[in-house]
Amino acid sequence: MARVGVFVCFCGANIGDFVDIPAVVEETKKIKDVKYAIEYKYVCSDPGQQMIRDTIVDHRLTSIVVAACSPRMHEKTFRKALSDAGMNPYLLEVANIREHASWVHQKDKEAATEKSCDLIRMAVAKSIANEQLHEISVPVTKRALVIGGGIAGIQAALDIADARIPVTLVEKSPSIGGRMAQLDETFPTLDCSQCILTPRMVDVASHPYIELLPYSEVTELDGYVGNYKAKIKKKASFVNFDTCTGCGTCWQKCPVKVPNEFNMGVDKRKAIYSPFPQAVPNKPVIDAEHCTMLIKGKCGVCAKVCEKGSIDYEMKDEMIEREIGAVVVATGFDLWDPKPYEEYGVGRFKDVITSLEFERMVSANGPTGGVPVRPSDGNVPKNVVFIKCVGSRDEAKGIEYCSKVCCMYTAKHAILLHHKVHDSHAYVFYMDIRAAGKGYEEFVKRAQVETGATYLRGRVSKIYKKGDKLMVIGEDAQIGQVVEVEADMVVLATAIYPYKDNPDLARLLGISYDKYGFLSEAHPKLRPVETAKAGIFLAGCTQAPKDIPDSVAQASATAAKVCALFSGDTMKKDPMIASVNPEFCSGCENCVSVCPYQAIVTEEIPMGHGSEEVRTVSKINEGVCQGCGSCVAICRSMAIDLAGFTDMQIINEIVAI
Amino acid sequence: METELKDKIVSIEKPAIEAPPEWKPMIMGILCNWCSYAGSDLTGTSRIQYPPDIRIIRVPCSSRVDPWFIIKSLQAHADGVLISGCHPGDCHYISGNYYARRRFLVTKKLLNFVGLHEDRVQFSWVSAAEGAKFAQVVAKVSEDIRKMGPLHLYKKENTR
Repeated sequence: MARVGVFVCFCGANIGDFVDIPAVVEETKKIKDVKYAIEYKYVCSDPGQQMIRDTIVDHRLTSIVVAACSPRMHEKTFRKALSDAGMNPYLLEVANIREHASWVHQKDKEAATEKSCDLIRMAVAKSIANEQLHEISVPVTKRALVIGGGIAGIQAALDIADARIPVTLVEKSPSIGGRMAQLDETFPTLDCSQCILTPRMVDVASHPYIELLPYSEVTELDGYVGNYKAKIKKKASFVNFDTCTGCGTCWQKCPVKVPNEFNMGVDKRKAIYSPFPQAVPNKPVIDAEHCTMLIKGKCGVCAKVCEKGSIDYEMKDEMIEREIGAVVVATGFDLWDPKPYEEYGVGRFKDVITSLEFERMVSANGPTGGVPVRPSDGNVPKNVVFIKCVGSRDEAKGIEYCSKVCCMYTAKHAILLHHKVHDSHAYVFYMDIRAAGKGYEEFVKRAQVETGATYLRGRVSKIYKKGDKLMVIGEDAQIGQVVEVEADMVVLATAIYPYKDNPDLARLLGISYDKYGFLSEAHPKLRPVETAKAGIFLAGCTQAPKDIPDSVAQASATAAKVCALFSGDTMKKDPMIASVNPEFCSGCENCVSVCPYQAIVTEEIPMGHGSEEVRTVSKINEGVCQGCGSCVAICRSMAIDLAGFTDMQIINEIVAI
Repeated sequence: METELKDKIVSIEKPAIEAPPEWKPMIMGILCNWCSYAGSDLTGTSRIQYPPDIRIIRVPCSSRVDPWFIIKSLQAHADGVLISGCHPGDCHYISGNYYARRRFLVTKKLLNFVGLHEDRVQFSWVSAAEGAKFAQVVAKVSEDIRKMGPLHLYKKENTR
């Protein structure tokens, strides 16, 4: 026999002025099963909660309905009041008579009152079907997996490891460092990028709590928050890292030349290579696609010159498994391919280059020794035109979003050009200058005033060749005229774009991504580093374009989230999840295919007591289930129900009025 | 065949008696917790007014809504049903609203088949930021149902 207590809140004047609360209470008392109903000024206040606690005990209530604000507001508060009184907190229902009645029907008190009565009837009917639920305790494996060894991944790994939590850092290329290692200097301070990055890379390699897996990729992730199992492919490097000293004789002697990805193809590397001099780990790998020994079985020079005998052509990919509790995804960004901009001569004119190619040229360890040169003839350029927003903010040819960093790095490039070639001149075509950030606006001013770069507001319409010069035709919107600039070199600020395998990674991890391939956060404002899947976090440009400080801050934020997750030996989980009644389950497996979390597995149970025949039924992993209810609605045998939102509860609500 | 079916719908849907002047439609609203329910809360917080004809049920996701709930609502007392979830692509549970969308298309066909006007059941996507949109949706559904009149199919008498 249900004994329901109903507490109707005035919320000061918020509800009291627009709903006739004494009438509501009178009406509520008429509902069968309601044993107690009372109004109170603020039920959420301390005395209000005390009243709930006392009433539960005095009237031996079996469920509670609070008619007040939205359950999204104070459900937790009232649940706590119930559990303080020794009652199961999930026996509470909230009737939302503020957001759904008093505030939206302010001109019709009678209708608002009638609606409030109905909402309370529905909540009472639902509460009668409420069951006692208990928070689920899930054990936690205290090891984090960080995917991506750029600055975001490095920062996340170091911060987590500093909290004495073991970290496995997986990087797909032979060295960690990522995009930041390719940069020369960083805005707005002109700090040398390598000088501030490489100490952190060394920290990662030497940290006792970090297991660094370079040249490796995550291929599978099973399980659920706190209990993931990752399969990682260690790609064959054909070099025994344990004995290799990184002396460099092998790559000096290797005869095969390949375009160097690290230098954006400006120069060549060998088939056995270490991507850059400060690489961590500083061990070479053999590029199996180009090594003639691996393709044709001819050469073997590296094995001959290696004094340690570290070269092993027979090496195979190795699969390893790690049990982990949380994942930080920091796979970074790629550059958008500017091919659609045919009017800029992309691909036709050698001296039209991308900004990262320019960055590598002006970099002290770059292919040209820190001096920009024209790829066509090797001369040092005097007049350089920088075009911003190539791809970014261009719905017709490129992408809609702003890449965020191009305004700043173009200002930096103008300054660097001036530093490297004193008698040069930079022309910058821009749409807007977006320099929001500490010291950013000042930095752009510095490029304009100190360096004397000419900033032209407008788009470039065409680039054509005149002799060995490039003629750039564009608009200067500020004087309303077409301008023509004679340039030695043109640098395109191409947009930041996610890696093309991001969607594959997202599917592998079971998280969502947007139409470009950026991985999606759980909430753009309040949960910017979490994904919709518990225990998987995002850092850096894999989520959206960002600069280095933002990436580092976000990486540290993920570390805080991981540490919070690992703060106890078990974690608490909301009990409002689905469960299967095997008696009714027909084994159709429709639920398996609709579950967005792969939380449903099948198991075989005996046909009957002592029977040797078996039948297949579904089973829900309570650690993985997030409680969406997709499987409940799809189940044709009505074998699945969702705690907290059972069929019984919802039907009760529907028929209550 | 189709015209026959249409004639049938009209005949079934025609109110047996004229709606009494004090009649008010009753709409059952089933909203997902993360987008539409939060959006309806925002409507309240922003004090945007809408017709008082809707009674709202909270479910975790629009994919939790069994067609049974819709039928049961119409059977019990509702003159119309509004289901609302997150915008396609924004589902808190990754893909729930896509299942919901497909399921509701079939449900509409069923309603047509049994001779109900398919606009008695309406679906919308309202995000947590679209308080004003929620008010518009309720106003529209309410107006549509008012035009259609009370649903007499299953009820012996309509008291509302």
